[in-house]
Amino acid sequence: MINLNIADIDRNITEEFSKASDWFELYEMIIASGKAIQGLADEDRTEENAVPGCQSNVWLKTGLEDGRMMITADSDASITRGILSLVLRVLDGQRPQDILDAELRFLDDIGLRTNLSPSRSDGLNSIIHRIKESARMMIET
Amino acid sequence: MLDVDRVRADFPILGTKVNGRSLVYFDNSATAQKPVQVMDAVREAYMVHNSNIHRGVHHLSDVMSGLYEDARNKVAKFINAREEEVLFTAGTTQGINMLAACLAESEIGKGDVVLLSEMEHHSNIIPWQMACAKVGASIRVLPIKDDGSISIDGLSDILDEKVKLLAISQVSNVLGMVNPIKKITQACHENGTLVMVDGAQSVPHLKTDVKELDCDFLVFSGHKLHAETGIGVLFGKKDLLEELPPTQGGGGMVDKVTMTSSTYAEVPQRFESGTPNYVGAISLAAAIDYMMSLGMDDIIEHEKVLNGEMMRSLGRIEGVTVYGDGAERCPIYSFNIRGLHPYDIGQILDKMGIAVRTGNHCAQPLMARLGISGTVRASLSFYNTVEEISDFIDGLEKAVSILE
Repeated sequence: MINLNIADIDRNITEEFSKASDWFELYEMIIASGKAIQGLADEDRTEENAVPGCQSNVWLKTGLEDGRMMITADSDASITRGILSLVLRVLDGQRPQDILDAELRFLDDIGLRTNLSPSRSDGLNSIIHRIKESARMMIET
Repeated sequence: MLDVDRVRADFPILGTKVNGRSLVYFDNSATAQKPVQVMDAVREAYMVHNSNIHRGVHHLSDVMSGLYEDARNKVAKFINAREEEVLFTAGTTQGINMLAACLAESEIGKGDVVLLSEMEHHSNIIPWQMACAKVGASIRVLPIKDDGSISIDGLSDILDEKVKLLAISQVSNVLGMVNPIKKITQACHENGTLVMVDGAQSVPHLKTDVKELDCDFLVFSGHKLHAETGIGVLFGKKDLLEELPPTQGGGGMVDKVTMTSSTYAEVPQRFESGTPNYVGAISLAAAIDYMMSLGMDDIIEHEKVLNGEMMRSLGRIEGVTVYGDGAERCPIYSFNIRGLHPYDIGQILDKMGIAVRTGNHCAQPLMARLGISGTVRASLSFYNTVEEISDFIDGLEKAVSILE
């Protein structure tokens, strides 16, 4: 499998989601994207995999395969799950160092960071923080 | 009848546009908006009268002390208490913490029991857990029925000589139903049990009469009553307050002080150490003046209309579950729609300018009792309208269509 680089996927997402004519369409697209990912099995929805700081339940599982970081994630809320699916589209299967350096510009470009409520934004930040911490640990060990 | 258009003009924030739409503010149980009359009173307090109260010989201090005591008098009248029975606090949470700390040094001892209803807000649970842990007392739970109500028979069964205090909300911040406090205090007093009523959600919506309720203590917050944040009230029956030891020492609460011991001032000053939030007290008095000028009867009548409309409209949404039944209620509605996540619904409503709250509402034990992890909560005030309910219902229908 050839991995597109982070910046390219990031740009693709912005391009794709900028087509939404209004907020409701954007939300529908995000929710649809969330429905398309596999998510996490019940046994992986553990306390250990839970990300604190989110209003909905969020679980995140990471692993390293052939120098690339495998990320799976899930949420019980549809919009959160949709945003997770986009973050995963960019970061899943990338090298830990690239993940650490990733800017995730699409979050600002399609307005997910500024237009979501601060509590949601906090949750989003903790998810990204958690992924990057995990990448850092993979580099250091 | 309330002239709602005129009332709304007193609340400039209600004219806010959110995402290009007119704000529908249905988060009044979290905090209520402030009328210009309250903001003007605060401004005037700082512009014209500001000075630390009591202890001052000069003109301004004298004026401000008078205004502070006038505010106490106004609160006392509003809840039908005596002036010396009204203590100013920082809010409901601080009031409960203070009372729990005082009682833990006097009325509640080792082996005693504090009774809490299953519907309480965390702020009416944790201070009692802390107090009980300190003295070796324990918590007992007063269960609720499936419809969210309290059973008086159930209460009588659970009371025994160990139960020194019942702490219960008059209206739950989730269920919105009015608990029969008068019957509850009667049953408790027959058992020699004190009753503390959490009035945070009830005082803004009902006529409060502590004599009629016969509760021993009542706490509430100013900010939910259209006053500033950081001001609240702890009412206590005078003979009880006089017996309680103060737990916070400082200036203003003493009579004579030496380096090794002190004698305390009379109530209520004994419980108000340090510089009190006197401007907050003035804002609370202004908020009470404002509500009295509208008339509690008219407020209640208008909220009844809103209640009827909410119940009818929510009932029309397919698969909706409203938590908390009962004819007598405040306009607080917690609900879920089929399996949809409350947070998703709240986010989409926000896009339409509709402010609601989602989550467990600081009532995790109640959520566990209801077998859910959270709800959407719409809480209304007297400045809300039937048209806003219609916008809210349209918003809910839109949310359902996006999420399903």
